[in-house]
Amino acid sequence: MIQIEGVSRTFAGRRGGEPVEALRDLSLTVATDETVAVVGASGCGKTTLLELICGLQRPDAGTVHSPPAALMPQRDLLLPWLSALDNAGLALRVAGFARQRARDQVQPWFERFGLSGFEQARPYELSGGMRQRVAFLRTLLAGKPVLALDEPFAALDAITRAEMQGWLSRALAEEQRTVVLVTHDVEEAVLLGDRVVVLSPRPGHVIADLRVASPRPRTRTDPSVVSLRAAALDALGVAV
Amino acid sequence: MLLPVLALLALLGVWELYVDAGGVSSLVLPSPHAVATALVDDRGTLWHNLKTTGVEIVCGIAIAAVAGLLLSVWLHFSLVARRALFPLLVASQAIPIVILAPLLVLWLGFGLLPKLIVIALVCFFPIVVTTLYGLQAVEPDLTKLLHTFDASPRQTFWHVELPSALPWLFTGAKLAAVFSVIGAVFAEQAGSTSGLGYLLGVTVANLETAEAFATVFVLAAFTILLFALLTLFERRALPWVHRQRETPTR
Repeated sequence: MIQIEGVSRTFAGRRGGEPVEALRDLSLTVATDETVAVVGASGCGKTTLLELICGLQRPDAGTVHSPPAALMPQRDLLLPWLSALDNAGLALRVAGFARQRARDQVQPWFERFGLSGFEQARPYELSGGMRQRVAFLRTLLAGKPVLALDEPFAALDAITRAEMQGWLSRALAEEQRTVVLVTHDVEEAVLLGDRVVVLSPRPGHVIADLRVASPRPRTRTDPSVVSLRAAALDALGVAV
Repeated sequence: MLLPVLALLALLGVWELYVDAGGVSSLVLPSPHAVATALVDDRGTLWHNLKTTGVEIVCGIAIAAVAGLLLSVWLHFSLVARRALFPLLVASQAIPIVILAPLLVLWLGFGLLPKLIVIALVCFFPIVVTTLYGLQAVEPDLTKLLHTFDASPRQTFWHVELPSALPWLFTGAKLAAVFSVIGAVFAEQAGSTSGLGYLLGVTVANLETAEAFATVFVLAAFTILLFALLTLFERRALPWVHRQRETPTR
């Protein structure tokens, strides 16, 4: 379970300018194996929130209690000198696994994730959607109870993004983890999350916490999805 | 491959015309065919001196590469060292080799050592600057990612930073290769009994201009060869750098 209470985080201003208050008095609880989608406009502190959960930053005020979390950054950042298989197994190598043992561990996952045949491919030979799948697998195989996903599909085109949202939904159904997913796409948040948490613009704090009760798989046209999306946008002050 | 050759032939043609039609003395500017003749006639001497200079250059670059890589790694990990030493490194390049080489010969004599020092000094700077940049220019998100995998700074270095910096190291080495030849010539002219730089000095002094040009030609050819070998080595060792550029973006 992730417990964040009254957290504030301010960054020093650039070149002696005004300090930037990224988060102010933000509180959030995430139950174990729950998927929480955090939505907000750019610059509202979503990435800061993820980094606080991952322990990459400390809050200036308030507390963050979280089990170990693995980060999936916005861009896949796959290493170009490694094959897809070796990229996915990076966390295992860091943990001390020998190269072949890491590969043996990763291999079965490639079939499960629809990446069969691409084990030896280099990242630049893969499509955007495939790279995100390898990056997600890399995050998963770090073996941490919490997954922190930073706008995982922001860099993809709309068609691939739609496919990947369905794919992630199925993948998370099979591999239960506590997931904090940050996105600027409200619809994506409603499709993927058990809860949608809406952040205000900077300084970010929670302005809405909506439970998504409908069972998965969800489609864009489900009435519950449409109405929740409208509710979230309304909370953000955006006309639907 | 074809275009540089054609350009070169055009240049040689103009040169030949200028010397023959303009009636220029062969002591001042020899014609291309005179240089070619000298190349063939003196091939024994040229080869002998090339071996001397070649050994100096290769050893000098090797020393500079190893020392440069080690220094880059140290400066990468130690902020204090970086702040203290980097300005000194830059300042060291301001010393003209023309002055440095004779001073070193005065101190260390006519042997191989002063030449190696000059060449290594000239090669050191581009290697350290490029490699250090490569080590420091790793995406911050990648470092954060590894941190969440519980990687120590040493592990981050081996898994991510060093492989990232290798293309930069090769760029530095290629620059160094070109500078090293100039360094070798200056070092030999300051005090040597053999080598292409020495031969150049002798032939110019004796007004054997065609032979001097032939020596320069051999030096230039050697530089191109070094550069080409390094490029070839880079393609073998770091296949992804080349292939990444070739793959069309989706």
